[in-house]
Amino acid sequence: MRPKVINLERNSIAGLIALCLTLLLSTGDAVADVVTPEVPMGRGAQCVEPIEIMRRDHFEFIKHQRDQTVYHGIRGSKHSLAGCIDCHASKGTEGEFLPINAEGQFCQTCHTYAAVKIDCFTCHATVPD
Amino acid sequence: MSCKPMKKDESVPLAQHRRTFFTQAAAGVSLMALAPGVRLVELAMANSEDSLPSNDKRWGLLVDTAKCESGCDECVSACNSEHGLSGHGRPETDAQWIRKVDLKDEQTGHELSIPILCQHCEDPPCVDVCPTGASFRRADGIVLVDKHICIGCRYCMMACPFQARSFIHEDLTGQKTHSPRGKGIVESCTLCVHRIDEDQEPACVEACREAGHDALVFGDLEDAAGPLASLSRKTATRELRPDLKLNTGVRYTSF
Repeated sequence: MRPKVINLERNSIAGLIALCLTLLLSTGDAVADVVTPEVPMGRGAQCVEPIEIMRRDHFEFIKHQRDQTVYHGIRGSKHSLAGCIDCHASKGTEGEFLPINAEGQFCQTCHTYAAVKIDCFTCHATVPD
Repeated sequence: MSCKPMKKDESVPLAQHRRTFFTQAAAGVSLMALAPGVRLVELAMANSEDSLPSNDKRWGLLVDTAKCESGCDECVSACNSEHGLSGHGRPETDAQWIRKVDLKDEQTGHELSIPILCQHCEDPPCVDVCPTGASFRRADGIVLVDKHICIGCRYCMMACPFQARSFIHEDLTGQKTHSPRGKGIVESCTLCVHRIDEDQEPACVEACREAGHDALVFGDLEDAAGPLASLSRKTATRELRPDLKLNTGVRYTSF
């Protein structure tokens, strides 16, 4: 009787280890396959800063720029929101600009993915002039 | 070992630390002085430093009431289209940055039609009462709202003796790039600051000239040779509500 029980325990421990390994490996696969948003790219070859920096710090740039514009009248410099929209607004089927905060457009795609609400466009224009 | 807190170098007395710091700081300062024009922190700007607003200028407007025609509202429509102002057919609450007012002297029957807009005061009551600092006066005298920090409390609207400010009650779409506007924010005449920054005159002034009235003269009150200051020197001008001693940037003549 006793040896049988031991065998069962051994089997179940081996099964547990196998299960853990499987879980671990499948988790690793999931990380590699993480779904990233498909963002429509802008016009021009290069953004005003390297992409990695823009992804992380774009709000710092435009937040600094907004004060420069409001208080010092510095307009059209490289971190202006109007500049972002000029390059990143896509056109629809009839050649009209699509609002940059519309579903699937440049700003909105990432912000939906990151679950961050954009407040810029309650006031700011969403298409180039 | 690595968890140990960082130890001060006990062999160097504290005073010497301080001395080293001051020596290095002094070296830094002299280095900055040795290289004029080279700034440690570059200002992020596309325009040159010369174009920054400064209190060497004070932008203003002179309204010649003799030339301002009753029934003409070219300035109002120019303002509306420049800034994308559109109403909902509710004059009580629709945004209005400039309006025409008809006045009549009941004693003599003399009639007058004048535009009223933000008077760009030197001591603006709207700035005094703003709890967040959103209402401010730019260095060159233009009174503005920093809409990023306006909370829509409307104290400024109550404080303004000219009823020059509007509150936006509804969601807006289709704003102009140069004139961001939105719900829950107070706004008023910016003296077309976006045009001034590009050496152009305000839209209302341009429209008035194009309509052939030329009743609005825009310029720098500090520039003695400029059109506004020289005209103001030659003609009697007055401000609205002079009793409040606001020293307005917008002045009126011929009445």
